[in-house]
Amino acid sequence: MALKIVAACVNCWACEPLCPSKAISAAVPHFVIDAKKCSECDGDYADAQCASICPIECAIVDAAGVPLNPPGSLTNIPPEKLAALA
Amino acid sequence: MATTTPIEIGKKSGCSASSCGSTSDQMSHLPEHIREKVFNHPCYSEQAHHHFARMHVAVAPACNIQCNYCNRKYDCANESRPGVVSELLHPDQAIKKVIAVAAAIPQMTVVGIAGPGDPLANPERTFATFRGIAEYAPDIKLCVSTNGLSLPQHAEELSRHNIDHVTITINTLDEEIGAEIYPWVFWNNRRIRGRAAARILIEQQQRGLEMLTERGVLVKVNSVMIPGVNDEHLKEVSRVVKSKGAFLHNVMPLIAEPEHGTYYGTMEQPSPTAQELQSLQDACAGDMNMMRHCRQCRADAVGLLGEDRGAEFTMEKIEAMEFDYDEIRARRAAVQASIAEEMAKPKVQVATVSLSSLKRRVAATPPVLMAVASKGGNVVNQHFGHATEFLVYEASASGVRFIGTRRTDQYCVGSDHCDEGEDKLALAITALDGCRAVLCARIGITPWEALEAAGIKPDSDHAMEPIEEAVAALYTAMAEAGELEIAGSVDASVA
Ligand code: SF4
Ligand code: SF4
Repeated sequence: MALKIVAACVNCWACEPLCPSKAISAAVPHFVIDAKKCSECDGDYADAQCASICPIECAIVDAAGVPLNPPGSLTNIPPEKLAALA
Repeated sequence: MATTTPIEIGKKSGCSASSCGSTSDQMSHLPEHIREKVFNHPCYSEQAHHHFARMHVAVAPACNIQCNYCNRKYDCANESRPGVVSELLHPDQAIKKVIAVAAAIPQMTVVGIAGPGDPLANPERTFATFRGIAEYAPDIKLCVSTNGLSLPQHAEELSRHNIDHVTITINTLDEEIGAEIYPWVFWNNRRIRGRAAARILIEQQQRGLEMLTERGVLVKVNSVMIPGVNDEHLKEVSRVVKSKGAFLHNVMPLIAEPEHGTYYGTMEQPSPTAQELQSLQDACAGDMNMMRHCRQCRADAVGLLGEDRGAEFTMEKIEAMEFDYDEIRARRAAVQASIAEEMAKPKVQVATVSLSSLKRRVAATPPVLMAVASKGGNVVNQHFGHATEFLVYEASASGVRFIGTRRTDQYCVGSDHCDEGEDKLALAITALDGCRAVLCARIGITPWEALEAAGIKPDSDHAMEPIEEAVAALYTAMAEAGELEIAGSVDASVA
């Protein structure tokens, strides 16, 4: 039971101070979540804090690899436009 | 129009003569204590921006809201130009960089924290930086920019620090409009969306504005003009924020390029034209035209407005430097005093005098816009082809008035295209839309012909002259040569 930061992360630091489990740290090439410490905020907050402030879609995924903020969910840019950008 | 009413400006700054406020008495409506604060601030005083320098330090990476004109892969678009990435500094590094720049550029008087995220979403880093600067370089003014979401929480602390300018970006007072600009805010440990998000942000911004002005902190409000979304509404924003004590309302154009990957860029939301921006600025600002020269600096900009010497001050170079603080402070004081003296010379008067004779003869010539290529120092001193921005003045029978700046790269469609001479020329001509003449130090024959074909008179006869005088002289010459059409049915008896 842990979330994971993946390559899309832009190293903006927003998540790090919010983590109630001190599971997040700066690293190269991007921030990482210590899977042993991450509680998915269970018992502390209703929503996972890192995924609630992260501005980058698909930067944080769950144990199954599913992004907590899927394409278009933060920017409102329609996914087909996003696909055209990439 | 009497433009040179003596203005008493702060004793400690050494400037006590007339006309620090430059063209028309644009600062005369401000209370004494505010004039004193802004007279040598390059971002607030049109005159000062030619002489004094500023720097931004990028210490604040995190943000707590999303704006539709911003892509968080880059710096905050409220305070930087979109598509820019600044080198993130630790507070200790930022303090060292400020000292290095203060030593190398003694006329640097202002340090701002404006990103790359929201400074108040990173309060520890932001305040640690300000404390360090106040300790080593107490003569430097500090300023901070914010989206306002966390402002009420930090207003008290801001007022206790040596922070005399806070900029809040306020794009709307209406939650429906807000929901079109802000997809979400992070509030009380949750991501809030839609109108609820806009409501929270607007409430916090307004409360923060009130708290700061109650505490005597100078507040400037920035707004991004988004055509069809908040453009008309910004007149109301302007009225409300000024009534709550904001000393300045600065309207900036939306910059939305598809390659920046922002919502507005991707959705092809149009940006305002230079003329649309100017007419809204006129409607909002009234006589408060101090920020017309705002360049939307990048978050790690260093130097005079319009120039960026950031590359001279990489952390690698700075780490190797040693500093003698007393020597730096003494040198800075001397350089700044001589600039204040220079600024105190009543330049504007000359332009006004030379126009008074014109008034009688050509009262019916209409006001026209003229652009100037200048590297600074308030002089026509830049080659047309080197200009990345133009200063725009309005010349009329009653005087010369600074209107704003036009950047050529604002119309740039991508960096690949901008290197080409021809495209660059086309961009410059687009930026000069509505101007009747452009004054520069020198100009090549190709751009000369292209400008003439576009109805813009190129002029290099006034190279190295003070800007207001040069504009006035060219206006007079054009009026006398009959090159300025007679306005409508106005007859010569109207003076
Ligand atoms: S889900 Fe919660 S506990 Fe896990 S890393 Fe994110 S903030 Fe920390
Ligand atoms: S908030 Fe998102 S983008 Fe920012 S550091 Fe954390 S995971 Fe990376």
